[in-house]
Amino acid sequence: MKELVVNSLKLYYRTRRGTVRAVDEISFKLGRGETLSIVGESGCGKSSTAYALMRILPRNVKELSGSVKLDGEELLDMDEETFRKKIRWKRISMVFQGAMNALNPVMKIGYQIAEPLMVHEGMDKSEALKAAAKVLKDVLLPEDVMEKYQHQLSGGMKQRVVIAMAIIMNPDIVILDEPTSALDVIVQANLMNLLKKLKWERGLSYIFITHDLSLASELSDRLAVMYAGKIVEIGTAEDIYKDPLHPYTNLLISSVPTLRSEKTLKHIPGSPPDLVNPPQGCRFMPRCPYAKKVCNEAPTMIRMEDGRYVMCHLYG
Amino acid sequence: MNDMKLLVTKDLRMWFSISGGLFKKRRWLRAVDGVNLELKEGETLTLAGESGCGKTTLGKTILRLYKPTSGKIIYKGRDITNLNNKQLKWYRREAQVIHQDPFSSLNPFFTIFRILEEPLIIHNFKDKDERREIIFRALEEVKLTPVEEFVSKYPHMLSGGQRQRVVIARALILRPKFIVADEPISMLDASIRVEILYLLKELQKKYGITFLYITHDIATAKYFSEKIAIMYAGKIVERGRIDKIISEPLHPYTEALLAAIPDPDPSNRFKLREVPSGEPPNLVNPPPGCRFWPRCPKFIKGLCDTKEPKLVSIGKENREVACHLYS
Repeated sequence: MKELVVNSLKLYYRTRRGTVRAVDEISFKLGRGETLSIVGESGCGKSSTAYALMRILPRNVKELSGSVKLDGEELLDMDEETFRKKIRWKRISMVFQGAMNALNPVMKIGYQIAEPLMVHEGMDKSEALKAAAKVLKDVLLPEDVMEKYQHQLSGGMKQRVVIAMAIIMNPDIVILDEPTSALDVIVQANLMNLLKKLKWERGLSYIFITHDLSLASELSDRLAVMYAGKIVEIGTAEDIYKDPLHPYTNLLISSVPTLRSEKTLKHIPGSPPDLVNPPQGCRFMPRCPYAKKVCNEAPTMIRMEDGRYVMCHLYG
Repeated sequence: MNDMKLLVTKDLRMWFSISGGLFKKRRWLRAVDGVNLELKEGETLTLAGESGCGKTTLGKTILRLYKPTSGKIIYKGRDITNLNNKQLKWYRREAQVIHQDPFSSLNPFFTIFRILEEPLIIHNFKDKDERREIIFRALEEVKLTPVEEFVSKYPHMLSGGQRQRVVIARALILRPKFIVADEPISMLDASIRVEILYLLKELQKKYGITFLYITHDIATAKYFSEKIAIMYAGKIVERGRIDKIISEPLHPYTEALLAAIPDPDPSNRFKLREVPSGEPPNLVNPPPGCRFWPRCPKFIKGLCDTKEPKLVSIGKENREVACHLYS
């Protein structure tokens, strides 16, 4: 049973203005071969969640607590050396936002992809380059890309290189943090096709982080909707898109313009709260059309009959 | 009929020179290559295409932020193609721009009041009280209330949505007739995009403003405009009513562009999208003939790669397409 189980994960940052509660006690599971999308507005803590899972953290972390278990093994209290050797890139890898602009400009693409195999696995150079050529084929790039430099590639090709880097160590889980931002729609569609194929062929699990609900539907088996550091609803893609329960999820979906159907667009008045000083009760209360007295108390996660979870007093 | 047209471009070209070095030949990047557009008063035309297709350059050229290489720009019957900066001052007042990035288009050292006062000073509003009144009214219109609180703030104290409202207020403050909105909502969060779009629409109705809406996002364009022109590699490849083009695209590029856009539908994850591979051509050295042929699934050898298709009318409803399949 290969599974990622996250329980009450907390990630707080220390800043001059006070403590920023970027990720505030979130819990979710990820099954083998499954894709979970984490969606929400910018600043809701979705990227911070990814950094916590990869244990790539800035220096001003005030608190990182809770539990992250991979196949029953706790990752948060594992020492850094073991985590680096056994988990990061080997079991969980990541495609960072804007990573395609972070390729080394003076190193050939093939060598860049092969490097972790030499460093981590102690593979010799020719063998590592052979493996790199194979993975380039998997991401549907021509072989001559091996010998090229970063500036000779287009945006879409660079993004494929970054994906090749994320899968070369054969991880079980790949975290995709806005992998197509800054790409054109047709290039984006091609990349989504590639991610689907890799998922089907290799049985990869994805954690797909995006603010774009239309794009999320391209990969998600399940969705977690995040608002102000908390997961407010989590369920299957069918449930979330067709029958959203939390008022925030509902409004977020109603605000997405659709190409092929007619609907009146709604918007969410106001803006997300400051995570240094979030509202006492439900964090969505100041913007919620259904806010009532009880919302001044913090809601808890409720399990609905159909198996999804929602954090709202409407269902309590 | 003719006097209803606010802005017309004729065979407009904007080429940028690339110096090839001392002994190399000078080369040209053909960002906009022979574009004919017409904007009627009070309407919104969407200009859609991928990045690098020349849509932003076209917008800037129309605003005369560039001096076109050739062709004509006619605004209210007046040829403004070759006017100098001094002669253009009246046009600068009538035509405004809303940029994509509300984070870099506001001066960080100015208060909101100072930001909005600048265009008024440039255009000779001498009375201080009058300026104050206009600024307060403009902020109310974009719903940045209470106004007293916002005027003394600096841009960094505002959220993305609030900044974009300041940008809109600045664009509207001289009561323009024509606004180029270049991706005005693409940097904003999904939940506030709709709000900004509806605000623009409301102000358009109130003041009869003509919009050129530049975007890569056809789904939002559908809610904001009636007409659309699809641009590819410096040229318009198709244009017409937006609902017709979405329901029945004619040009293979338009078809690909639409097929690439997902709607929020959970069944998307089970199927692949049918889109052409490859990327738009280099505008320094575009392919001969139709510029889309190297990626086109309906490519006809010997025709598409030799002869350039012209934009021609198809049927009724002012539908035009530049593709050999229809000529």
